Amino acid sequence: MSLLEMTDVSVGFATEDGLVRAVKGMSLSLAHAEILALCGESGCGKTVTAMSIPRLLPAETTRLSGSITLDGRDLTALSEAEMRDVRGKDVSVVFQEPMTSLNPSFTVGFQIGEVLRRHEDLSRAAARARAVDLLKLVGIPDPASRIKEYPHQLSGGMRQRVMIAIAVACSPRVLIADEPTTALDVTIQAGVLNIFRDLRDRLGTAIILITHDLGVVADIADRAIVMYAGRAVEAAPVEELYARPRHPYTVGLLNALPTAATAAGRRRLAEIPGMVPPPFTDPDACAFAPRCPRAEADCTAARPPLESHGASHLAACLHPVAAVRTGATP
Amino acid sequence: MGWFILRRAGAAIIVLFLGSALVFFGIRALPGDPATVLAGQEASQEAIEAIRHDYGLDRPLPVQYVDYLGRTLQGDLGRSTQDKLPVADIIIERLPITIELSLLAIAVAIAIGVLTGIVAAVRRGRFADYMATGFGLVGLSVPHFWLGLLAILLFSVTLRWLPASGYVPFTQDPVGNLERMLLPALVLGTGFAAVLMRQTRSAMLGALSADYVRTARSKGLAERRVVGLHALRNSLTTVVTVLGLQVGVLISGAVVTEQIFVIPGFGKLTVDAVATRNYPVIQAVVLVTVVAYVLVNLCVDILYAVLNPRVRLSGVAGD
Repeated sequence: MSLLEMTDVSVGFATEDGLVRAVKGMSLSLAHAEILALCGESGCGKTVTAMSIPRLLPAETTRLSGSITLDGRDLTALSEAEMRDVRGKDVSVVFQEPMTSLNPSFTVGFQIGEVLRRHEDLSRAAARARAVDLLKLVGIPDPASRIKEYPHQLSGGMRQRVMIAIAVACSPRVLIADEPTTALDVTIQAGVLNIFRDLRDRLGTAIILITHDLGVVADIADRAIVMYAGRAVEAAPVEELYARPRHPYTVGLLNALPTAATAAGRRRLAEIPGMVPPPFTDPDACAFAPRCPRAEADCTAARPPLESHGASHLAACLHPVAAVRTGATP
Repeated sequence: MGWFILRRAGAAIIVLFLGSALVFFGIRALPGDPATVLAGQEASQEAIEAIRHDYGLDRPLPVQYVDYLGRTLQGDLGRSTQDKLPVADIIIERLPITIELSLLAIAVAIAIGVLTGIVAAVRRGRFADYMATGFGLVGLSVPHFWLGLLAILLFSVTLRWLPASGYVPFTQDPVGNLERMLLPALVLGTGFAAVLMRQTRSAMLGALSADYVRTARSKGLAERRVVGLHALRNSLTTVVTVLGLQVGVLISGAVVTEQIFVIPGFGKLTVDAVATRNYPVIQAVVLVTVVAYVLVNLCVDILYAVLNPRVRLSGVAGD
């Protein structure tokens, strides 16, 4: 049985102009120690999908349906107080913005110790000692003195490591990492990804990695779900996805990756023409059809369901790409 | 931290020095001659000259200023022209009353303003927010003298809960003192509370939508801790800034409030001194006000450093 099971989850936000449907009927499962990537363009619903798990979406305006179970326990049925016991302990989050996600008024040690004392009933001194260990774990040199520093004294990469230290402090079952490397220098990105891999290997943490960077996905993820306009359009193990992408959108994303050929100027970087559909509309059709080079009349007649296209490979396309993709693999 | 305070204190001394010069020359730039006032209407030119000489007013202004500065530094603020008492003694007698009133008013303002500001931000767009914002608008718009009169009418005349006016020293009768100070403090603190409420609300709204608040929630912290520690801590800088800026308003408010409630404080001293053209007292009163302003803002600067680690560091580095 999988660790985390998300079934037919839809998330909408009540606005003055009506309900904005950010996620529509998403289902996913996450196994123990698995790294699952959620990819897609900005606004495709990947962050909303992930944040609905620890219920970190604005409670007043969020309309959520479907079920989310962790170890068989339905998280959507929990009270707010029960959910607080889950947050930071069973499910924790590394946010996108390391520069602003730490509180500028408190020391790094306090902010790491806080989550430990919240969930593990530790003394101040014990929490401090654990915080030092955690900083060591995420590769911060001289942790004993760093612990007394404030976020503004640390670089972006350091802050992201501190965020990761906070997130893994209580050895969570599921770690959600929202674009954890986007704001970082390329040289630091690799280090942060290594920390995630290391955590998975040592603690068995399952990780949901939200990213639009397919290079990162190839580097670290076991499986990937490609989202478009609030729905999963393709899901497959990473190697399978890169070798045999079936959905034209996935192909478009992969072609938009810079390669040696594009860098040398021999091939122009491909872009996907057109725009993401506005969130208010939800026609009974393939949302990608207006931008799709393979679209035919039936694509706009009904929404294509997610169907099996080989072992554990799902795609929602009536005219999937058949050929093995040519060109450089990342 | 020590360096930071020293640097701020040094800056404060410079401001005080400039302030004293402004007071001194400002008063002398005003139309009218203190000597003619002192000598009375029927005085001869010789008598006026004699008084002028007595007070050193016939000497060049810079010389007078240095003399004034020297005496002020020694605590000699001159003598009141009304009762010939040393001005320093009068101020020492009156100032604590106003300080008590101001502190009580600040306490009232913080208790009401910060609390309602937090509630308004947390319950944004709901009933409590509209109530608080409405209260803020009224509190800002209603003048002290009118609010004071209304308060006396309600609490003293109709309900007979509190005395309408007067003053008893705290050391003599603590309960009586607080009974008489409560209404003036409420009146003086209301406008202040309204300002604090608005600033706290907007600062809290900013803080509550900050990424670090989301991080705090993701740790599983209770909402009370998220709001009261993580968001509030970062909003306090704004609150402290407003506190510092509003001290001037508070002092002028104290002048009016003390007049209404007949409290023999610093504000009433100011009004009386102006009414009787008591130049040494006016001079001292303005100077003390400047000192108070500078001291409060020095405290605000130090509080900044306590609240905001980034300020502290730039102070140490000597930016």
